[in-house]
Amino acid sequence: MRGRWHIVVFLAPAVLVYTAVMIVPLFNTLRLALFTEVDQQRIFVGLQNFQTLFGDPRWSQSFWNALGNNFWFFFIHMLVQNPIGIMLAALLSHPRLRFAPFYRSAIFIPTILSFVIVGFAWKLILSPIWGIAPSMLDAVGLKSLFSPWLGKEGSALTTLALISVWQFVGIPMMLIYAALLTIPEEILEAAETEGITGLSAFWKIKLPLILPSIGIISILTFVGNFNAFDLIYAAQGALAGPDFSSDILGTFLYRTFFGFQLQLGDPHMGSAIATAMFVIILIGVCIYLFGIQTRIRRYQF
Amino acid sequence: MSQARRNPLAVTAMHAILIAYTLIALFPVFEILINSFKTRRAIFREPLALPNAETFSTIGYQTVFQQGDFALYLQNSLIVTVASLFFILVYGAMAAFALAEYRFKGNMLMGLYLALGIMIPIRIGTVAILEMMVATGLVNTLWALILVYTAQGLPLAVFILSEFMRQVSDDLKNAGRVDGLSEYTIFFRLVLPLVRPALATVAVFNMIPIWNDLWFPLILAPSEETKTLTLGSQVFIGQFVTDWNAVLSALSMAILPALILYLIFSRQLIRGLTSGAVK
Repeated sequence: MRGRWHIVVFLAPAVLVYTAVMIVPLFNTLRLALFTEVDQQRIFVGLQNFQTLFGDPRWSQSFWNALGNNFWFFFIHMLVQNPIGIMLAALLSHPRLRFAPFYRSAIFIPTILSFVIVGFAWKLILSPIWGIAPSMLDAVGLKSLFSPWLGKEGSALTTLALISVWQFVGIPMMLIYAALLTIPEEILEAAETEGITGLSAFWKIKLPLILPSIGIISILTFVGNFNAFDLIYAAQGALAGPDFSSDILGTFLYRTFFGFQLQLGDPHMGSAIATAMFVIILIGVCIYLFGIQTRIRRYQF
Repeated sequence: MSQARRNPLAVTAMHAILIAYTLIALFPVFEILINSFKTRRAIFREPLALPNAETFSTIGYQTVFQQGDFALYLQNSLIVTVASLFFILVYGAMAAFALAEYRFKGNMLMGLYLALGIMIPIRIGTVAILEMMVATGLVNTLWALILVYTAQGLPLAVFILSEFMRQVSDDLKNAGRVDGLSEYTIFFRLVLPLVRPALATVAVFNMIPIWNDLWFPLILAPSEETKTLTLGSQVFIGQFVTDWNAVLSALSMAILPALILYLIFSRQLIRGLTSGAVK
């Protein structure tokens, strides 16, 4: 009889790295939220940091602002990114469409670029100094519509969300495309003999069959958006201007934890914000796992 | 075949939509690239025009090469990405093999434990990760980044790879056992070569987020010697924000490696995304 030690050897490296660098710090962060620092001594204060975060108007205002902005950011993604992704996938999956691989690869290019590139590139393009956006609008006679969108409180967040949509539309496109390819040809042909083709075939046959994939892209979007940071930081800086109008939880966490300008970093308040983000993401994932995923009927072919 | 599928009007409309969206996707990248090769005056006068003999200039690239240490940043990014991918693949494949191959107490539980990290972003633990890296002296080293990215990549890697390892034939492994091969030899010599396509998929999935990450380089390794290309270009652009030639050139230089990687691996990436590996 051979020993069973090889199982331990196979599992150990992955489990150790994952536990030490991911799970332990995750729980340590939740624990640190219950402490504060007085005279360079770490002392236990229970839920006081959360009382400050939700009760002290200086903190709670920033928190609810960031949370509200984050929901708007997510809402724009669900409303614009995922429908466009589904539409592009539906077009690309059309049988015998020419140049489909070319379109697919080209539309995916923004997804591989870093947030830094995307943030600055759009900042330049939308800049009133450079004038690409106004002169392009001028070409179609809509110059009056132009304004410095990223610099205005009312439009900065929506503009950033749309830039993020531009960058990431490739992901729902690819995942839905993959799902559409798995639909057997016989089903579509059977529908055709019933006279269901084109758009109505999409709504009546294909869409119900790809619902599980739509559920997956929704939860991926949710987790990605509620832990977003890079694009806002690259385009607007840590202050998420103008006047915090594009502040989301990620930038709020960064400022609190790491400090900026005159404010010193506070790891304990940072941990409290990280804990709040953890709870929000956990709620989202649970809603998906227990509320949505189990109710969507999966078809096996 | 139905009429709708052959209707030339519908086909034209489909191409029109796809071409329009392709233009939207590529236009900003194209604008940055062409303007990085123009004089300052031409950048502002004719932003949409291609550079010609009169407007061609590489002054921006000269500034970038004089002021920023982009060769070092590129080297750091390459080291971090390649090392992280190596550990994700080797450790991930080993754990996936243990979960897929052996029946032992707690197998299911271990699989669930490792799967937790698929949905929970590692960034939530940043405060404690930084404390740990400071305590162990790893802050401002590339190891800090490699460890974090390895931990971040492992859950999905184990999940995808164990699916594939279940499909490897038992006859092959049992034949190896009859021949007296050790479990280690069976894994490294027989199983690993068979799941190469899955390994490539996992590598490509992890490559882009690691290469593009700004958060952890900014927090764990912001020193000049350890800056990655993403952080380096962010800092550089922040400093030269009014020097449009330099900013456009720095952006182009950051776009280039990503584009090259994409051109090399796009087939693998698209096959991975569409093969249902992430379903």
